[in-house]
Amino acid sequence: MSESAASSPLAVPPRESAHSANPALHHQFEDIEQQHDAGNFGMWVFLATEMLFFGGVFTGYIIYRSLYYSGFAAGSRGLEIDLGAAMMFVLLASSFTMAMAVHAAREGKHRPLIGFLTATIILGIAFLGMKFTEYFHKWQEHMVPGLNFHPALESLRGAPERTVEMFMCFYFFMTGLHALHMIIGIGLLTIMAILAWRGKISRENYNRVEVSGLYWHFVDIIWIYLFPLLYLIGGRYK
Amino acid sequence: MSTAVAEVPVQSRIHYLNANYGIKSWLFTTDHKRIALLYLGSITLMFFIGGAMAVLMRLHLIEPAGALVQPETYNKLFTMHGVVMLFFFLVPSIPATLGNFLVPMMIGARDLAFPRLNLLSWYVYITGATFTLYSLISGGVDTGWTFYTPLSTHYLTTHVIAAAMGIFINGFSSILTGLNFIVTIHKMRAPGMTWKRMPLFLWSMYATSVIFVLATPVIAIALFLVMLERVFHVGIFDPAIGGDPVLFQHLFWFYSHPAVYIMILPGMGVVSELVTCFSRKKPFGYIFIAYSSLAIAMISFFVWGHHMFVSGQSLYAGFIFSALSFAVAIPSAIKVFNWTATLYKGSISYQAPMLYALGFIGLFTMGGLTGLFLASMATDIHLHDTYFVIAHFHYIMVGGAVMAYLGGIHFWWPKITGRLYHDGWARFAALVIFVGFNLTFFPQYMLGYLGMPRRYAVYPAEFQVLNVMSSAGASILGVGYLIPFVYLLWSIRYGPVAGANPWGAKGLEWETPSPPPTDNFEEPPIVPEEPYGYAEPEHAHV
Amino acid sequence: MNEENPSVGTYILVFMTLLVLAALTTGIAYVDLGPFNTVIALAIAVVKMSLVGLFFMHLWYSPGLSRIVVLAGFFWLALMVSFTLADVFTRSWINPPGP
Repeated sequence: MSESAASSPLAVPPRESAHSANPALHHQFEDIEQQHDAGNFGMWVFLATEMLFFGGVFTGYIIYRSLYYSGFAAGSRGLEIDLGAAMMFVLLASSFTMAMAVHAAREGKHRPLIGFLTATIILGIAFLGMKFTEYFHKWQEHMVPGLNFHPALESLRGAPERTVEMFMCFYFFMTGLHALHMIIGIGLLTIMAILAWRGKISRENYNRVEVSGLYWHFVDIIWIYLFPLLYLIGGRYK
Repeated sequence: MSTAVAEVPVQSRIHYLNANYGIKSWLFTTDHKRIALLYLGSITLMFFIGGAMAVLMRLHLIEPAGALVQPETYNKLFTMHGVVMLFFFLVPSIPATLGNFLVPMMIGARDLAFPRLNLLSWYVYITGATFTLYSLISGGVDTGWTFYTPLSTHYLTTHVIAAAMGIFINGFSSILTGLNFIVTIHKMRAPGMTWKRMPLFLWSMYATSVIFVLATPVIAIALFLVMLERVFHVGIFDPAIGGDPVLFQHLFWFYSHPAVYIMILPGMGVVSELVTCFSRKKPFGYIFIAYSSLAIAMISFFVWGHHMFVSGQSLYAGFIFSALSFAVAIPSAIKVFNWTATLYKGSISYQAPMLYALGFIGLFTMGGLTGLFLASMATDIHLHDTYFVIAHFHYIMVGGAVMAYLGGIHFWWPKITGRLYHDGWARFAALVIFVGFNLTFFPQYMLGYLGMPRRYAVYPAEFQVLNVMSSAGASILGVGYLIPFVYLLWSIRYGPVAGANPWGAKGLEWETPSPPPTDNFEEPPIVPEEPYGYAEPEHAHV
Repeated sequence: MNEENPSVGTYILVFMTLLVLAALTTGIAYVDLGPFNTVIALAIAVVKMSLVGLFFMHLWYSPGLSRIVVLAGFFWLALMVSFTLADVFTRSWINPPGP
């Protein structure tokens, strides 16, 4: 190519020095800022896809809740609001610890990073434990569509059985999809924790923790919506 | 600035093809150019598989009572033809091959933003293709590529889950590709390359990527829900619990309509490059062509209900979708006008890529115009689910997208392989394809208008002549597709060595050797000038 | 680029607010406000989402491009929901002429 490029006033500084100075810098990027920027932006684009992915089920939910409100309210009142609220608090706490983990990574603080990541993972596992407990209870109450849906009459609270079954479909599909994302998130954070334990996370490459955090917070936000939409329909004052 | 045509490239030069040898260097590569070739091989295989099913269908339809297969088998043929061709050939075709190869080069970067995600996207594609081919081999699926409920969820015993899983998984491949392109185009343009200095191919890849990212998740969830309903025998589309099967159609078409724009937008980008190079003119109305890509991407999301006019959808919703469907034709028309104006008073040459581009312009226009008949609710009621629809979308997908794909492959072939193919054979093949295509699909417009339904294994005897014409055309078209396969592969070994810029085209990718080095450019490029700097034909600039 | 990210104090404040809001939304469910139960629950959810998004996910401190991506996600979601609802709820408004 043209040799003049290196000496022209528009010349880009030789890339070798930037890349040898920072082994965390990938070869396709010019500097670490571009790499961070791209990483964050990429994760936001991915989260937009997740919005549309969950959005499909939310669309169905909105339609059927409007059509079958009594059934949805009946099914909702059959859910364990204390467990649901506990799960909400656990996830919010996990978002806090995740934010603190990212903060620690950015500051290059090794121990707090591992600590906060571990806390987040534990909170995530606690969430899943509660979720599967709930599922088990629903199984015992014969409220699982497709498997053993034979609700007791009082569970229906006067609503047509098929509409309650529709609600339970949404309950299991939406929380199940959410739980699947939680499992993936826990896996991701475990990998981050292992990398941090091995000293592989530094101020230069903390972006991977930040990006994992974005994913984790998104999954939290989904639950922020699932909680009122599934557990609080029609209120608990009756 | 551009390397002279007479330059003899040094054969012992290291480039991306010979930088590493061995199967591991290909299967574990993160070089976008090698990944593009991995995709090229895979989608070519899927193209011939899908094509084989088309051949079987056209052979079957030679006789009104069906000449070849049982009706149940026929149902599987059209389903798998659609699934394989759409999801595993057309959707990835230009983006995953030409897009992967060219986006970093046109932008002046060394690679995409996320090379490892790029490789992952190919493995995800292969996994999806494996599931789908498994469903094909174990007997096929007969839902139609549209998987409508409750047929797909409750009434069929064929391998719906395997096929749906294949498409679901493949969706992630699309999402990763689109994500990669969006981040690369936003964040990694070379110094001096503003948005308005980007080649039009990049604008169309960007618009396509936006659709990839926003639409694909919705078909993923739609098919996921179908799979759940099949497994649990109950679900949200199930009328037994108050479900609405049409809800599936909404979710399905929310993706699948923008998906057809995924299939055509890259082709339009290629055509912009071909038309400018082979008329040696800068594009007429560059900014209009660029923005029309974005407009198509956006408006394509507003029109999906035009596939559902007779599904029981509300007539009011139908009005809205119909009106918006007329609107989405406008940016496409703008492109056709601008390409034509670019050709006007250009210094036109008729190498094979240009033949494909010209074919595209004509055939896409015909296909697009017939879309208006379908967008209009009153005529759609007559034409829905007839061969008119089939002819419409094949004019766009095959007469448009596949021709643009072939044109692009030929145009960038010297860059990709460092070899020139035999242009005489290429032009011959282009003409064979053009003739075969029209003979195959023009009669289908007539068949549809006369009332022959689609997805039927038998038909009334009065339609036989047109069906036989169509089948004859299909055999010519099939031969036409085989010819490039032969001479292109031959050229890799025996073709003349190509220089950096055999066409004398403008663009960063032509300013690097053919084949390019692994890092694309020996020096990071800087872009001080506007794109398409072809000399004005009438007025010589001093 | 990422120079100004929230301080630990900000994180703690946001977390406390989130906990209060979560308690609020749970508590209000036990009070009969008719249709406003749903409205308030959703409003609180939106506020919680905004707090998590702006502060924990750093959107407040991020380049505008990331915010555009989020808005685009919402817009497209709204599009999907609204057009689908437009079909489902207007089906009975007009019936095509029967045979």
